[in-house]
Amino acid sequence: MTSIAAQNVPKKASPSASILARILKLAALIAMDVLVVWFVTRLASLGYYPLVAAFAIITLFVNVVVLRKEAYPLRWMVVGLVLMALFTIYPIFFTVWVAFTNYGESHLITKQQAMDQILNEKYLPAEGKAYTWTAFKSEQGDYALWLVDPDGNGYLVKVGQVVTQPKPGEAGIGELDDKGIPITIAGYQRLNPFLAATDKNLTQVLFGEAGKTIQVRSPTEAAELLPLYVYDSTQDAMINQETGVIYTNLRGTFTSSAGQSLRPGFVASIKINNFRDFFISPALRGPMVQLVTWNFAFAFFSLLLNFSLGLAIAILFNDPAFPFKKFIRSLLIIPYTVPALITILIWRGMLNPQLGVISRALENLFGWSPPWFTDQWWAKIAILLVNLWLSYPYFMLICSGSLQSIPPDIYEAALVDGANPWQKFRRITLPLLLVAVGPLLIASFTFNFNNFNLIYLFNAGGPPIAGTPTPAGHTDILISYVYNLAFSGARGVNYGFAAAITIIIFVIVGAITLFQYRYTRMWEEVSENV
Amino acid sequence: MSSMTKYQQFRTSATAQRRFGIGVRLVIAVLLIIFSIFPILWVISASLNPTGTLATQTLIPKNPGFGNYLTLLRMDQFPFWNWFLNSIKIASITSVLSLAITTLAAYAFSRFRFRGRQTMLKALLLINVFPGLLALVATFLMISQVGDVLPFIGLNNHLSLILVYLGGSMGINIWLMKGFLDTVPRDIDESAMVEGASDWQIFIQLILPLLRPILIVIGILNYIGTYGEFVLARVLLRSNETYTLMVGLQIFAGAQFQQRWGVFAAGALMGAVPIMIIYLALQDQIVGGLTQGAVKG
Repeated sequence: MTSIAAQNVPKKASPSASILARILKLAALIAMDVLVVWFVTRLASLGYYPLVAAFAIITLFVNVVVLRKEAYPLRWMVVGLVLMALFTIYPIFFTVWVAFTNYGESHLITKQQAMDQILNEKYLPAEGKAYTWTAFKSEQGDYALWLVDPDGNGYLVKVGQVVTQPKPGEAGIGELDDKGIPITIAGYQRLNPFLAATDKNLTQVLFGEAGKTIQVRSPTEAAELLPLYVYDSTQDAMINQETGVIYTNLRGTFTSSAGQSLRPGFVASIKINNFRDFFISPALRGPMVQLVTWNFAFAFFSLLLNFSLGLAIAILFNDPAFPFKKFIRSLLIIPYTVPALITILIWRGMLNPQLGVISRALENLFGWSPPWFTDQWWAKIAILLVNLWLSYPYFMLICSGSLQSIPPDIYEAALVDGANPWQKFRRITLPLLLVAVGPLLIASFTFNFNNFNLIYLFNAGGPPIAGTPTPAGHTDILISYVYNLAFSGARGVNYGFAAAITIIIFVIVGAITLFQYRYTRMWEEVSENV
Repeated sequence: MSSMTKYQQFRTSATAQRRFGIGVRLVIAVLLIIFSIFPILWVISASLNPTGTLATQTLIPKNPGFGNYLTLLRMDQFPFWNWFLNSIKIASITSVLSLAITTLAAYAFSRFRFRGRQTMLKALLLINVFPGLLALVATFLMISQVGDVLPFIGLNNHLSLILVYLGGSMGINIWLMKGFLDTVPRDIDESAMVEGASDWQIFIQLILPLLRPILIVIGILNYIGTYGEFVLARVLLRSNETYTLMVGLQIFAGAQFQQRWGVFAAGALMGAVPIMIIYLALQDQIVGGLTQGAVKG
């Protein structure tokens, strides 16, 4: 055991080389830290706090691993661990967080960002002053306005400065024309009314001091504008200054009691609402029950069909004397060697209702071919058929492997006892085989439970179920439904709800896998092998 | 005597039954082979059929030719050759880097004893329980957020896709590799250590050459998996020239399926054949890997 302990300490190289190496290592570490700090600051300024936390923790971990001697073994795997933490573990946590929020269409930004946008809106108060205006522009592109109020008084206003009321001769103001507007202002050039009215930048400029700004509202009018909304933190509400309506924060949108809402909304915690919607929302209940039922049925029947065919073939050809055995096997596993995506698209072509070879052959033979893509039951059958073609070679391979490991003397004993072939299969082959391939069957069930590629590529979950609040199809399974929620955008993405369903799938898959571990005692084996 | 004839009768009837059985089974085998290779034959035929639409295809095309393949490589709107190269590039880089990462980690797990070692090994297995597909939405949001600051690891970028693939490649592969490493006798390391070799030298010069067979199998399985991966690539890549072959074929199928079936068939074949060859050549090793719990993705 001493040699093992000794291995944990790095070997010493020559002293000068090791000092140089240490300096280089420290320099690299510091450079990395500086980059990460910059990166994280930028992320924080965009409001991506979960990501900030993830990067901070991971960087801390890397520093510890590089600096502490005890962490030497971890240096061998630090890159892998960092990548795993970022791209496997963080997404799991992030999914959990998103599942409890309303993240999605019109709820994409942080509360602060949304409030900034809302608080930026202005209105003209009833008692507010309106002026006629004339624009001046300096060489540098700064604007100044000359305002004339209804009483004929002239005012000068620049960006960020208090409104002044200079006489000609003061502050560079030249002679006034007959309308009371200075012909010249030192350093500025007077814009002709047409140019000024069509200058798009001008309407964006806030003149005067902050909080009491003056803005160009029309070609003839500039006015003193006030913020339309004021935020009241005690009520967590926006109050409209013009109408007095109170918009309270409701699930991430400021909403009035009359149901009107302010745009934009923001990401907010909505507690378990996503999960509640999944389980009890009346509008969703019908489609969800259908979806979940089909999801389980699809995984179950896929497994049953694929395993049965694979096993049947394995038993048929489980005979050392069978001619061309190797050749036949090579031909039979061909479906398994084609990338699944390509297979699925090929079958989509072959089953194409008007043009596909299978449909045309059936038309010629019977004058009728099943509506593979438009009828929900035929679509389901088609999917099971394609999956059968895709996966039976896998089961054939694992079954024939396990069959060969069943000792032949058991069959001889059965023969002596006068067992018929069915009894041999039912009482000997099947039980022994299930022990060997059971775990793989469970793994295959969970794989098919989430077989997104097949469902999405074959028919995108179609045909659609009529009258659902979000798009769902008769052959959709949970994971393809989640994909539609998050990425199709047909009726607005809803990441929060998608994440909540993802977690429900997590739970189902996790339970099945736990069962698999118990069933196979795999966990105990793992514990012994580490 | 009578028992003897009975036995002979039994024998002859058994052989006859056997012959009959083999005959029936050969017929079944032929039917199954037709079921399993018909789609492939049909695609080969479609790819050689000059008319090129789904409606006009017959199993043995009239005037076969390679016109569809030429069309395929010349389409501006669907840069097939780019997609193919993208797929090869991404799959190669991913499988090489993932081998490096997993081998180093497996070496540490196999040779060093440190606190948290068992917990980490078990955690790797547990994390694998969650299919990466499920974290799709979160991965997408994360990459798009990172991309807001560093566009070269953001959406529509091969680097970010490769990093995501690498992040998912720890786990089972480390277990497989560690299992293999545990069978390499420690005497080898220890004698080298006595001679003053560092861990790194031992790993590179002694252990790595011994690992070659398993490195090849894991590497190739990883390559095939990455090459055929669809969902992550579909979600993270956003423009025509960055697509991988699988994404490209799906998009082509969505847009042009019926009119240009022949061209699609040519593309599908060119995409599938390299993988089919690898599979058939390495049949036995891959079958070995299957029984250890790999499920095709």
